[in-house]
Amino acid sequence: MKADAQAIATVGTPWHHYAAFAVMAALLAAAPFHIYPVFLAKLLCFALFACAFNLLIGFVGLLSFGHAAFWGSAAYASAHAAAKWGLPPELCILFAVAVAAILGGVIGGLAIRRQGIYFAMITLAFAQMIFFFALQAKFTGGEDGLQIPNSYKSIALGTLNLRDNITLYWFVFGIFLIGFLFIYRVVHSPFGQVLKAIRENEPRAISLGYHVDRYKLVAFVLSAALAGMAGGTKVFVAGSAALTDVNWPMSGEVVLMALLGGMGTIFGPVMGAVVLITIEEFLAERAGAWVTVIQGGIFVLCVLAFRRGIVGEIARAIKKPL
Amino acid sequence: MFELLGVPPQALFGQLLLGLINGAFYAMLSLGLAVIFGMLNVVNFAHGALYMAGAFAAWLLLEKLGPGLGWLVTQIGATPPEWLTQFQIGYWGALLVAPFLVALLGIVIERTMLRWLYQLDHLYGLLLTFGLALVIQGLFRNEYGSSGQPYQIPEILQGTRNLGFMFLPNYRAWVVVASLAVCIGTWFVIERTRLGAYLRAATENPALVQAFGINVPRMLTLTYAGGVALAALAGVMAAPIYNVSPQMGGDLIIIVFAVVVIGGMGSILGSVITGFALGIVEGLTKVFFPEASNTVIFVIMAIVLLIKPAGLFGRTA
Repeated sequence: MKADAQAIATVGTPWHHYAAFAVMAALLAAAPFHIYPVFLAKLLCFALFACAFNLLIGFVGLLSFGHAAFWGSAAYASAHAAAKWGLPPELCILFAVAVAAILGGVIGGLAIRRQGIYFAMITLAFAQMIFFFALQAKFTGGEDGLQIPNSYKSIALGTLNLRDNITLYWFVFGIFLIGFLFIYRVVHSPFGQVLKAIRENEPRAISLGYHVDRYKLVAFVLSAALAGMAGGTKVFVAGSAALTDVNWPMSGEVVLMALLGGMGTIFGPVMGAVVLITIEEFLAERAGAWVTVIQGGIFVLCVLAFRRGIVGEIARAIKKPL
Repeated sequence: MFELLGVPPQALFGQLLLGLINGAFYAMLSLGLAVIFGMLNVVNFAHGALYMAGAFAAWLLLEKLGPGLGWLVTQIGATPPEWLTQFQIGYWGALLVAPFLVALLGIVIERTMLRWLYQLDHLYGLLLTFGLALVIQGLFRNEYGSSGQPYQIPEILQGTRNLGFMFLPNYRAWVVVASLAVCIGTWFVIERTRLGAYLRAATENPALVQAFGINVPRMLTLTYAGGVALAALAGVMAAPIYNVSPQMGGDLIIIVFAVVVIGGMGSILGSVITGFALGIVEGLTKVFFPEASNTVIFVIMAIVLLIKPAGLFGRTA
């Protein structure tokens, strides 16, 4: 999936990235004073999830249709560590990242043996396997999900009380920034340039002597781990991990976020997550059952007429990669 | 009561039969997917939703067609005669009409949407059909709710026969035989007829085939229509076995994807054999290791990816 050619040879960070980042950070910093912070925290979790997904589709050209596996299993891991072991939130999230990374290593190692369309089907199938596992295993609580009990002391880093909505938001904001900047760093590193080379022309990358499979696997594990970071954090926002976190509609949703915002752009997935989650939140009360139909409709519209996505179109208009 | 491998034979053969039935649906669906992918290079995510649409079409033709026609007549101010409101199309009619209706829907989808994507990356076809699957599934769920609707087995096929070692429900025997016939028929059309030869040629080199004066775009449309008609036919056959519900296709399509990865989309007979074989394996797992019956196909997929990444019958691209 080839995005518009990025300006890759520039040394250092181009000024318009600083500007775009400043706008995004300022908006996110001002938002909790106007909008319900828990909703915003949820939004940021999904934004990080979409960024993690976009690392694969946008910069390696691999469409994973099974990212719910990483988001969901990380959510379960995080909730389990909190509810059963009583670990503080930051350790729960670290544990969740580790679980998602290991799972990513296994699934990614198998999936990269096929290319293109098969890669999507394989990741989807393995994610469904994880879903069935979560459905049957004892510790996930099956249909009930895994709740974080009221007795759990939700104190992060020794001082931050996550039961307080604003504090929770700043905590999630911090995690989002860590993830976002990490992805930015990866994409603009020499490693990231090799990933883009694979996306543009895999045979040529192989003939240049790159171990393409190794690069793909590392990218896959990174993406899974970051999705896990988002999923593990989400538990402290929603208070639980549930089967919907690990089921295939969640995989579809993250694809839609990246597509809507702009695949292969840095800021697109954030935009996509913000727009999509806001639409869903808005529709949930008014349209109820129609949410799925509308989601599907957005998918169709994006693919047919809006393949660059919101940020992709903006980037095209100002002729600068974002 | 004797036992076979520590399992009563009733249970064993019962699950084997169930596996064979599931396998029949895997085979018919993966066959349609393979034919569509071969020609259009589109992985049709909407396949499961269209299978569900086929089952619903059968149910609607039976339950709602007469009242619907009656309602139409009252709209123009006349009183509908009783024979009209009682009118219904039963199972045998539905076997023809439902796939036809779904094929029409397929033609609309191909003509208005899919054909704009042929020049793009294959992934866009998957994304578009995923969106369509959400729309179709959501519409049916809004209209008919999540609970399943029962569908009667046609009268001739009701009842069971005693085979000595097990009781065989007639309808299930019919499904296995009929789906085998459909699969072999599809294979025959594609491998042994002139139309099939055009299709295979257009798969290899569409530009050259078009240069010979064959209308390739129309063939693409008909291929998509044919592929989704197969899915709808499977849906009609599934209606009396499973309840007709909006979710019936969503989970199935993912398993069919795994079947397709295991078999490889290269060969028609390959996908049929893989479909039936995996259904049987799943049935056997249900007997000996029930907890794993949901996941066994995915485990097999992992093993196949390790040993023969192109799939059992696939060619390496």
